[in-house]
Amino acid sequence: MKRLINQTPTPMLRVLLGLLPFVLLVLLYMFASEARLAENPSDKLLPSFTQIGDAIQRMALEPSKRSGDYLFWEDTLSSLTRLGMGVLIASAIGLALGLFTGALPLVSASASPLLTVVSLIPPLAILPVLFIVFGLGELSKVALIAIGITPFIARDIQRRTQEIPSEQLVKAQTLGANTSQIVCRVLLPQLMPRLVDAVRLSLGAGWLFLIAAEAIAATEGLGYRIFLVRRYMAMDVILPYVAWITLLAFVIDALLATLSRRLFPWHHQGGQ
Amino acid sequence: MIEARNLWKKFGDKVVLERINLQVQEGEFVTLVGTSGCGKSTFLNMLLGTEPVSSGELLLHGKPVPGEPGPDRGIVFQQYSVFPHMTVLQNVMAARGFARRSLTGALFGSARREAREEALGLLEEVGLSHAQGLYPAELSGGMRQRLAIAQALLGRPGILLLDEPFGALDPGIRADMHDLVLRLWRQYRLTVFMVTHDLKEGFYLGTRLWVFDKTRHDPQAPNAYGATITYDLPVGNLDRDTLSDIDRDLARAATETA
Repeated sequence: MKRLINQTPTPMLRVLLGLLPFVLLVLLYMFASEARLAENPSDKLLPSFTQIGDAIQRMALEPSKRSGDYLFWEDTLSSLTRLGMGVLIASAIGLALGLFTGALPLVSASASPLLTVVSLIPPLAILPVLFIVFGLGELSKVALIAIGITPFIARDIQRRTQEIPSEQLVKAQTLGANTSQIVCRVLLPQLMPRLVDAVRLSLGAGWLFLIAAEAIAATEGLGYRIFLVRRYMAMDVILPYVAWITLLAFVIDALLATLSRRLFPWHHQGGQ
Repeated sequence: MIEARNLWKKFGDKVVLERINLQVQEGEFVTLVGTSGCGKSTFLNMLLGTEPVSSGELLLHGKPVPGEPGPDRGIVFQQYSVFPHMTVLQNVMAARGFARRSLTGALFGSARREAREEALGLLEEVGLSHAQGLYPAELSGGMRQRLAIAQALLGRPGILLLDEPFGALDPGIRADMHDLVLRLWRQYRLTVFMVTHDLKEGFYLGTRLWVFDKTRHDPQAPNAYGATITYDLPVGNLDRDTLSDIDRDLARAATETA
């Protein structure tokens, strides 16, 4: 018998072991839900899968009685738009800040202390400021996401820029490159896959800020809907919404990972 | 061409190099050997412009060596010398792009075609034509150093600095690389400075061998004295014909510049 640290599962077993906790959780939920509903058929805490199915049908496949919209898809669209815009703005600003503070010591001397302080401000604490300044519309929600994750991306990119071996910068200079050529041809291309990594890591925080902003002031959106139906204890809506958000987060992450492998094959080959 | 006059290098209190006096003519192939930490790489970095001189003078064509790397001095490091995000061909072509005064160094149209032709020719010369579409991470160590050398040469430097370029390679591949470097040195009439920790390599390759070592020791203050050049020997395995060839080339170069 090999030591435990040397025992590795076969690919088949690995898949089964990976699926096991999910199956167990679903089973556990089914039993618990059934037990509670047997006691009190109008219990709202653990709705059965049939009830959840009905709720999905109502939200996603039938137009709302009040507005005639398909609420589920409306919510998804507006949430993804906000998240996308926020992340896009944060990546652009974060990349520029990180690149220039990482590559140019003079810029770094002036911008790095400020960046460190700004990154310590809890973004949610300034959400009221954003509402006051930008109003309750889209802008304040996008701004919260952007402000929330820009410092993280900027500092990550700054560190990645400094990690690029100085030999490469020296080499480029011995080939006659000036500063802007080094930035455009040596640093920037090598930072793109690292930017994708930074975005993937910051998406979790992005969702957090999105849902927080929607919970406080919105008229549609996934976070708004969850916090709205909470008043009626509508777990049959909340649970599929949470599952949907999780799925979206998973798919976006997988898409970014695939995109990175396609666009930057050299980054994923290891070695130097 | 290169001259050092009472050159010193200190890091804080630590003296690394002291009392270096030397003259190097165009076309020489100097190998620098010595124990680790003896300052041979530091000397190379001073020639490169990434390390400032502490005192004394280091002159290139009669003027102090510039304080930053430039296209007149090519470099090949032991590793990280090539751009990992460019294919072999792009790596070599990049040198042409960097040589132009432009914002991004990107090449277009006829300039791009010319650079491509030139880069393909050079890859042929160093034996990398078959690998032109690969990324550096897909190459073996020896191929990667061939690429680094090809790239350095496309900058058309007069001086080629090699910082333990073959230190990480297998012995068999090192012999191939020696042939390559000697061939390119003659063909491009380079002045080569090569740091190596392998004395045999130093003896075999160069026309001139420098040994860096400390001549003074203070057991109470190991940092008080630095290394200097203890041996400055003419070496080499060149036959008379080649030698006279180089001699003639040098004489012509001298009259051309005079």
